[in-house]
This record gives sequence, C-alpha cells and structure tokens, in this order.
Amino acid sequence: MIATLAFYAFAAVLIGSAVMVVSSRNPVHSVLFLILAFFNAAALMLIAGAEFLAMILVIVYVGAVAVLFLFVVMMLDIDFVRLREGFQRYAPIGGAVGAVLFVELIFVLGAWRFASDAADLRINPTPGGSVSNTQAIGRILYTDYILLFQLAGLVLLVAMIGAIVLTLRARPGTKRQNIDAQVNRTGSVGLVQVPMGAGLREMGILRPPEPDAPKPIAAPADHGGHH
Amino acid sequence: MSDFIATPFGTLVITVAQALALLVPLLLAVAYLTYGERKVLAAMQMRKGPNVVGPFGLGQPFADAIKMLMKETIIPSGASRALFMMAPMITFGLAMIAWAVIPVNDGWAIADINVGILYLFAISSLGVYGVIIAGWASNSKYAFLGALRSAAQMVSYEVSIGFVIVTVLLCVGSLNLTAIVRAQEQVWFFIPLFPMFIIFFISALAETNRAPFDLPEGESELVAGFFVEYSSLSFGLFFLGEYANMILMSALTTILFLGGWYPPLAIVPFTWVPGPVWFILKICLCLFTFVWVRATFPRYRYDQLMRLGWKIFLPFSLFWLVLTAFVLKLAGWLPA
Amino acid sequence: MIDRMASAMLLRELVSGMALTLKYFFKPKVTLNYPYERGSLSPRFKGEHALRRYPNGEERCIACKLCEAVCPAQAITIEAEPREDGSRRTTRYDIDMTKCIYCGLCEEACPVDAIVEGPNLEFAAETREELIYQKDKLLDNGDRWEPMLAERLRLDAPYR
Repeated sequence: MIATLAFYAFAAVLIGSAVMVVSSRNPVHSVLFLILAFFNAAALMLIAGAEFLAMILVIVYVGAVAVLFLFVVMMLDIDFVRLREGFQRYAPIGGAVGAVLFVELIFVLGAWRFASDAADLRINPTPGGSVSNTQAIGRILYTDYILLFQLAGLVLLVAMIGAIVLTLRARPGTKRQNIDAQVNRTGSVGLVQVPMGAGLREMGILRPPEPDAPKPIAAPADHGGHH
Repeated sequence: MSDFIATPFGTLVITVAQALALLVPLLLAVAYLTYGERKVLAAMQMRKGPNVVGPFGLGQPFADAIKMLMKETIIPSGASRALFMMAPMITFGLAMIAWAVIPVNDGWAIADINVGILYLFAISSLGVYGVIIAGWASNSKYAFLGALRSAAQMVSYEVSIGFVIVTVLLCVGSLNLTAIVRAQEQVWFFIPLFPMFIIFFISALAETNRAPFDLPEGESELVAGFFVEYSSLSFGLFFLGEYANMILMSALTTILFLGGWYPPLAIVPFTWVPGPVWFILKICLCLFTFVWVRATFPRYRYDQLMRLGWKIFLPFSLFWLVLTAFVLKLAGWLPA
Repeated sequence: MIDRMASAMLLRELVSGMALTLKYFFKPKVTLNYPYERGSLSPRFKGEHALRRYPNGEERCIACKLCEAVCPAQAITIEAEPREDGSRRTTRYDIDMTKCIYCGLCEEACPVDAIVEGPNLEFAAETREELIYQKDKLLDNGDRWEPMLAERLRLDAPYR
C-alpha cells in the first residue's frame, strides 16, 4: 500500500516537473526542474528495487551532467523577450513533432504485449538467491555482453577525443606555467646574510648607480614649505 | 512491543527515534567542531582561542548560535526568493540525510542498504547544488563567482574520489558500508592503499571546500564567496551544513581506510573500549587533520587546483586502480 | 633527479610543513589575557590627554595657544581671558578626541608641560559627545594620572 502510494506520488512529481522543464520561462528553473525529475526517476527505480541503477542515475545525471548543464545555462545571457518570440514561431513545428511522437506512442501501446513472466520480473529484479542487484547487473554487462559494453566504451572514448580535438587550439601568446621547472629551479635565487645598517650600494648586491651620475638635486631650502 | 514495531507506524516511530539519536549528537558535534577548530588553529598559532564564555570557552558555540539567530534575515531585492531560501536548506538537509547509512558500530546504521557507498557518493555529489543555487539566486557577482568555482572544483574532485572508492570496493567486493568495515578486521586499508588514502583525504578537503581548497569562499578575493548575501539562520544552515559535511567526510575516511569501529590492535586494553568510541576517536583524528592542514597550507591558486585535480590525481588514481586490480587478480585475492 | 622525484612523491615538503605546525601546537601560548594581563607601555606612549597642575594646585596652562596652533588635526580649541589676579588662563580648553591623531605635537609644543598625552588607552565611549573633552575633564584626567605623568616625563627628559 505504502509502496503504491509512494509510486504515484513520485510519478506525479516526476511528470509535473517534466512539464515544468518545458514550460518554465527561466532556463535555470528549467534545469532545476530537470534535476527534480531525475530525482523522482531515481526514487521510482528504488521502489522497483533497482537500487544500483537509482544511485548511478543520481551520481551521473544529477551529480555531474546536470551540474554542467546548470553551469552553462547560468552563464548564458538570455533575453527573455526574444525567447518568447521564438516560442510563437516554432510552436506549430514543435506541436507537429509532438503529435507524431504521441501517435507513435499510441501505436506502440496498442501493439504492446507483456512477456509472460514480466510481472514476476518487475517485482523481483534480482535473479533470486543471494545475488544482489549490483552483481546481477555486473554479470549481464561484464559477462554476457562484454564485447558490446567494450564497444560502447570505445565509441565514448572516440567521441571524447573528438570533442577535445575540435575545441583544443594552441593560442599564441598565452602564458603557461611550467611547474616542474619552477619547483626544480636551483641556484638562481639565494639567501644572503645582510650586514646590519648597510645600504644596498655598500653591499653591492644590486646594480649600483653610475659613479658620475649627477646626484638628485635637493630642493632649495627656502622653497616655502606648506607644512 | 514487537507487534508495534512490525506495523508501518511503529517502523516510522523507531526510525525517527534512531534518526534523532544520531542527529542530535551530530549537531552538538558540529557546534563543538567550530569550537575545536578555533582552539586548534589558535594553538598552532600560539594563541589561546576562545576562552571567555564558560569554562575554557566551552559556551562559545552557543553564544555564537544565539547571536546568529538574533540577527535579521536579509533577502536581497534582486534575489530569486524561493531558490535563495532553498539553497541553505539543501546544503543542510543533504549533510544530514547522508548520515542515514553510516555504520557507527557493527549493525548500528539507520539504513544498512546494499549500495551504501554509492548512496554516500551520490549525496556528496549533490552537495554542489546548495552552493550553485545559492550563488545564482543571490544575484551578486561575488556569490556567482564563488558558486562557479565551487561547482567546477567539486565536480573535478569527485572524479578522483570515485576512483579511490572503486579501488576500495575492489578489495572488498561489496557496496555495503558494514561489509567494507568488516573487510578491514585484519588490516586497515590505509596501509595497503596508502597513496589512495592520501588522495582521498586531499580530495575530501576539496570536496568540503576546506583550506587549502577554500576558493569558493575565498574571503580575501570573493568576500565570502557563495554565501556573501546570506545572514542569520540561512547563513547558519550553510555553516552547519559545511561542518557536518566535514564530519561526514571524516566518517567516510574512517569507514573506507581506518577500519571503522575496529580497535587498532585486537588485544586486551584496546578491545575493552567499545566500537563506537573507536569510530568517534578516528573521526576526531581526521577532523584534527582537517584543521591541521588549514593551519599549515596557504590557499591554492585556481588553475593550480584544477591542474592538481585533473592532471595529477585523476591519472594517478586511475593508474593505482588498475595496479590494484592486477595485483588482486595475480595474487588471487579478489573477493568473490 | 631521483632524489627530487622521491621527495615530490612522498610529499616531503608538505609533511615537513605539517610537522612544523604540530610543533607549534605544543609550544606555550603567547596570548596576553588582555583585561587581566597587559603589555608594557613605553614612557612615550601617546594616549588620552591630560592637563597638569603645579604641586600647589595651580593649573600649568598659560593659554599660550601653541598647542592649538601646532595641532595638525585642528582638534584643540582654546579661549582665554585674564583671571581676577591678572594671570592669563584659559576659559575654554576643548579637545575633539575624534579628530585627534595622537601625534603628540601638543605636548612637544607646550612650554610648561601642561598638556600631555598620558598612558591611558581605554577611553572608548558610546557617544560622540563624550569624546569631545572639556577643560574640567582634562584637568580631572591630570589629577588622576599625575604620579604616572610625572614619572613618564622624568624618564623621557634625558631624550628631550
């Protein structure tokens, strides 16, 4: 009973926040609603018993991806009036795409048939026995589908390298720090025991002025001080 | 009585009682952590620290709290009100709910869930939202800069924390925190995994925005960083949340590397002391080190902070993870 | 090279830094417990002003207004009239302590050592009015601190 109530509560908040993601005017609020939606999705997974997936969803999407979204969106300088203009103009196209998707969903639902053991699987996502949720996923990913999993990883790696290659440019004139060189520099800086009361010139450690350089002319004594 | 516990209402009452039994000492510990920090910092600077309110200044945390509560709550006129008020609650709430899975002794956790370490990691990665929302909602450039710095910093150091946790998990074979501590009955993990222990501790400093990684606050450059605009209770919640996070990170270090509730040697004088006392002592040791580091090192420059996180810690922890996996596999020590 | 690598990997500098702070952790504290313990003050310390008297009770100030003239912050205001016995004395001697910069030029200028800056540094007040000192307040200060003021002048005299 409680699980059912919780399910409907989380599902309602999930759908509500998903609607707010699209309809909220301020993009930062949109991202925050997106985060709320992720949260509720994780909670739904928890109710379904998929605790590992729920935590991974929170860690990856809420903890990392959405932070970067928020990061970018917060820095954007958005003119809300122009945003509204765009909404008017693109509404028919967006509506059409949405309608097509909706019709497709109806078709899918119409042709949907549950597997005979779906009900049992839904209630008990672990394969039974002492095998935990995490181990079950691990077996599927790393034993049954290891090749596909590695391929997916490779695709991600290529995408990452591609993104770096596309955005990395060596700008001339930027100053960089070579920390190793700095730390390992020896001999060019030293501590000197300075004699008491000696000026820099007597010690000769700094560049002395030219011997015949004219002395700075003292201000005439009768210049009429204003003290 | 057992019938009552079995009912949903009974479970609720028991859980609330357990939570209170954990959170009230925790809040007290947070209050005295501020006192302890000031005392330790003072001692390292050859000062005395707070010593006026009460004996040895022990009343100082309460004096500070009362002073803070008496102040006026100010909401800047340009701020986004709802988010502005929500941010400190998020920070504080997250710092509290993370404690639900911490095992203080064998079996003494409010919720001994199977993916406890992932839960903690998820909660600590959410901590960034309190900061970033506070910075954005304040509508102030200092707060915003602090929030940006903090977000980038916390996301960066989470990556290496993740790898350190995975290394520990390789040695344990379970995501359950109690199981992680039980695996250290013979030898605490900080001995075989010493470099990871250091990386974890330094990343924990960065994750909790403590010196020398306290750039998000950076009082000398950003006034107070993301909570410049906060005052009174909302500031207090940030403050409590930050210190509770420090204690949480120390507890996590204790669980992952310092053998949780186990005594250092399983011989007589040590085994007389009960497990929770060892747990608290180890947390205190970690907290002392937090303050010790603050007393010792100057603040990092921001680009150096990022370099340390991405170019040193990340490759190093990745390398050590692979090395650990190899050693475990070749020696046949992999847990089933 | 290997030496440098090793010391970098073992965080030698960090550890030695932390060892230093730990050493100081156990050192005796140097805090002065201020209201109960105080640091020593030089005889030349320039604190709260006072107007002194001669031992027979006659006030020293002869209303020459040198201090008023020399005061760089123009904190001193003096009005003077001849008294019944014909001697010239001040009728008003005000020092605005909020303007004063405690430079000590007034006591340097004074030919009779009447205005002096005493050792007292705890004269904070809650209102601005309390910090505008009148003549009676200054004379009162002089009476209160006289033994100490005389001693300070004696100690400083060889260097004047």
